[in-house]
Amino acid sequence: MTTDYCQTFVDKAKAVSAIVSEVKSEDEALQYVIDLCDRKEACQLLVSGCERDLSEKAEQLCEAKQKKVIAAPGLTKALYDKLAEMSAKAGFECIDSGMRDHLAGVDIGFTFAEYGMAETGSLMLDCPGEDMRLATMVSEFHVCVLPKSKICKDSYAVEEMMLARMGKTPDYLAFITGASRTADIERVLALGVHGPLELHILLLED
Amino acid sequence: MQKANNLKEYRSELRESLDNDFLRTTLDNFAVAYRAGRANAFKDMDVHGLIDEIACSKDEAAASLDALYKQFKEKAEAAGVHVHLAKDAKEANDIIASIAKNANCKKIVKSKSMTAEETLLNHALEDEGLEVTETDLGEWIIQLRHEGPSHMVMPAIHLSRYQVGDLFTEVTGKKQDSEIEKLVKVARRELRQKYVEADMGISGANFAVAETGSIGLVTNEGNARLVTTLPRVHVALMGLDKLLPTLHDALRILKALPRNATGQAITSYVTWITGANECASAADGKKEIHFVLLDNGRSELAKDPLFSQVLRCVRCGACANVCPVYRLVGGHKMGHIYIGAIGLILTYFFHGKDAAKNLVQNCINCEACKDICAGGIDLPRLIKEIHARIQDEDGHPLPSLLLGKVLKNRKLFHTLLRTAKWAQKPVAEKDGFIRHLPMVFAKEHGFRALPTIAETPFRDRWEEIRPVVQNPRYRVALFSGCVQDFVYPEQMEAAVKLFAAESVDMSYPMGQSCCGLPVQMMGEMNASREVCVQNLRAFEAGGYDYVITLCASCAAHLKHNYPKLVMDTPSLALKAREFADRVIDYSSFVHDVLKVKADDFVQTGGKATYHAPCHLCRGLDVHEAPRELISTGGLEYVECGEEEVCCGFGGTFSMKFPELSAELLKKKLANVEATGAGVLLTDCPGCIMQLRGGLKNQGSSIKVRHVSEVLADNRKK
Repeated sequence: MTTDYCQTFVDKAKAVSAIVSEVKSEDEALQYVIDLCDRKEACQLLVSGCERDLSEKAEQLCEAKQKKVIAAPGLTKALYDKLAEMSAKAGFECIDSGMRDHLAGVDIGFTFAEYGMAETGSLMLDCPGEDMRLATMVSEFHVCVLPKSKICKDSYAVEEMMLARMGKTPDYLAFITGASRTADIERVLALGVHGPLELHILLLED
Repeated sequence: MQKANNLKEYRSELRESLDNDFLRTTLDNFAVAYRAGRANAFKDMDVHGLIDEIACSKDEAAASLDALYKQFKEKAEAAGVHVHLAKDAKEANDIIASIAKNANCKKIVKSKSMTAEETLLNHALEDEGLEVTETDLGEWIIQLRHEGPSHMVMPAIHLSRYQVGDLFTEVTGKKQDSEIEKLVKVARRELRQKYVEADMGISGANFAVAETGSIGLVTNEGNARLVTTLPRVHVALMGLDKLLPTLHDALRILKALPRNATGQAITSYVTWITGANECASAADGKKEIHFVLLDNGRSELAKDPLFSQVLRCVRCGACANVCPVYRLVGGHKMGHIYIGAIGLILTYFFHGKDAAKNLVQNCINCEACKDICAGGIDLPRLIKEIHARIQDEDGHPLPSLLLGKVLKNRKLFHTLLRTAKWAQKPVAEKDGFIRHLPMVFAKEHGFRALPTIAETPFRDRWEEIRPVVQNPRYRVALFSGCVQDFVYPEQMEAAVKLFAAESVDMSYPMGQSCCGLPVQMMGEMNASREVCVQNLRAFEAGGYDYVITLCASCAAHLKHNYPKLVMDTPSLALKAREFADRVIDYSSFVHDVLKVKADDFVQTGGKATYHAPCHLCRGLDVHEAPRELISTGGLEYVECGEEEVCCGFGGTFSMKFPELSAELLKKKLANVEATGAGVLLTDCPGCIMQLRGGLKNQGSSIKVRHVSEVLADNRKK
């Protein structure tokens, strides 16, 4: 059943500028994150506007950041330890908490999605924890692993799962579809307004 | 925000918009792109089915607002949220100001909320000494410019990149260029700073789900997630109409809302918040959350049998996206705070009669909004009703009263038309147009030539031309409407000729009068109803298989509005429904009922294009019949750009807003000229008057004709 929806999911997600890749294992996903972080510009936040002529206050916020940062809250301990070790080797800072100290932006937020919705190419992420929420918001790039078995037809198919989560309050649930976008100036599409500039979806064979 | 005191001032405000080239080009491009984007987003979906479901579910919600509020409050409070009910805008603002004060908040970041626009929340909070920053890019831009939104979904659509560049130069104190990508990044960094500093976040809500006590937020930029995550206090302000029984109701609306708003299958972020969630900057690690539900007349509205459907609105803004008048003048002139068709209605209920009185007249009744509404709201009808209500409260203007009085008295009306035929003699040309417009028309009406009254009205010719039909296939009654009776009787005669050849027996009830749409358009509901009753009586003799009219506007009015006009009188209601069931437009009758064959027509082969009258394509949902008849009838049909967009006639609208009518006509004629066709066909005498008058004025050689005329001409003898 899920394989039927997999291709639709990929098509729809790509149509809204998500970058979709397949990974065979969690290790491969970690390697993807490290490689991506490595390829990023030296001045990590350039892409999000700190090279522009900003007001002094906004410029100060950029100066807070010295090192490339990967935020990965919500992983299993074993997986996080592995990522932390790989990050250290590559010279990046890896965090799983304390996102509030990194509000200027982190380079990569790394998460796992609970479900995928093929109809719209959307990810469903439950993030009652604040660090998880911020990791998917203040990061320049959001990399999200989606197990193929978790791809459903549409939002109606995840309705029950949503209700179960909403029943265990408090809860903070999100559908994420593509990168943050706006068309507020002359209706010209621009990616990355307040949220991530890029959304990378890693489809995990499971 | 529209501020004119009277229609004259309002018209001069509209003039300013018409002179704004940037606005005009932007809205033109948007109108065309939107239509394609939306169609693509709804591809393979049962749009009408979805809209019907939404309408039902919203109606049920509106009927049980009290119970839903109670359930929502219980659930939300159990999850640690404070829930407030505000009876009006001031109370909502006061509640929010006191929340800020009690929680010792100084800086506020906001995610876009139309409800907060409705209550003018920012001003109220700023008066309390609070710093409020809008974070939605468009909303931030207009906040910095001290303006209101000009579109519900794209609040700054009226501004150019250069204006935004200059604005950001001022805000940052550094020179900014006008490249959009860069401007967006500047906003990203500047606003990130604001999120970091803020102690209170204010959002709206697209959904308030009673079964869970959750709210749902639909955004593209992601600002709502930051606004509801970073500050230690979160206030969500929403109208009572956002209450829905179940999550499923919300998910259903979510299928339509982004598709209808921007042609997106879904927005980048949809956020569901239940309960006081984790917040590291709060003393106890839990966010302080308040849901403020605003009544401001909504619970009264819910009880109104006609207007309760207003609460179906999901704020997608689509009614503006397709409105030909919005496209010309933009949201600041086509709304007060809420804009577009729904804005004209909401303005009356939320902001009062004075704010709405000019706006409600600026509806051309083309029904494009009704056709596209995600909640299936009959927007044009409600706008007319409000116009009528305001006139009842304020007193009816003289022209509208006079027209009402005249139309109620058929004999007086027809005598006046006959008199006009003599009065026009000195200015009438042989070509059927009036040479100089009479003084009653100011020079702004000069954009189109006006036709003369016919020498002999159709009703006076009837007994003489009435064909004898042996063994008829159908018995029908003809409804001429006033324009075809007195101005274009030849269109009726053409129909009679074809019907006789097709063995259709015809009657022409002499007691018939104007259909009554013009007086209804002017807000004269009583006169409209009286005319309706007269016509129902005139056609009472019955025994007709069909009542046929060659005027799309008459047809739609007879079919859809007559039963509504008399629904309070049971004996008439039944009559009106029976009558309405028999009403059919010319093209549908000839195409679907008579099923004429190409073999019966001389194939002359000239190129002909088509203008789809609003009340035919949307009013009656007739699309293929006339186009196929053009080919069947012996001409080559060439499609015209924006074929189903209004020509700008709109009956009395073109008299009241000649500048807007002229602009709509200009666009229409440019599209017609571009087809290279020699003939322009249509199904409505009003459209013919507008199109023919406009082409005549331009000295164009394109002939405008009713479909009936071509079929009669080309039918083999």
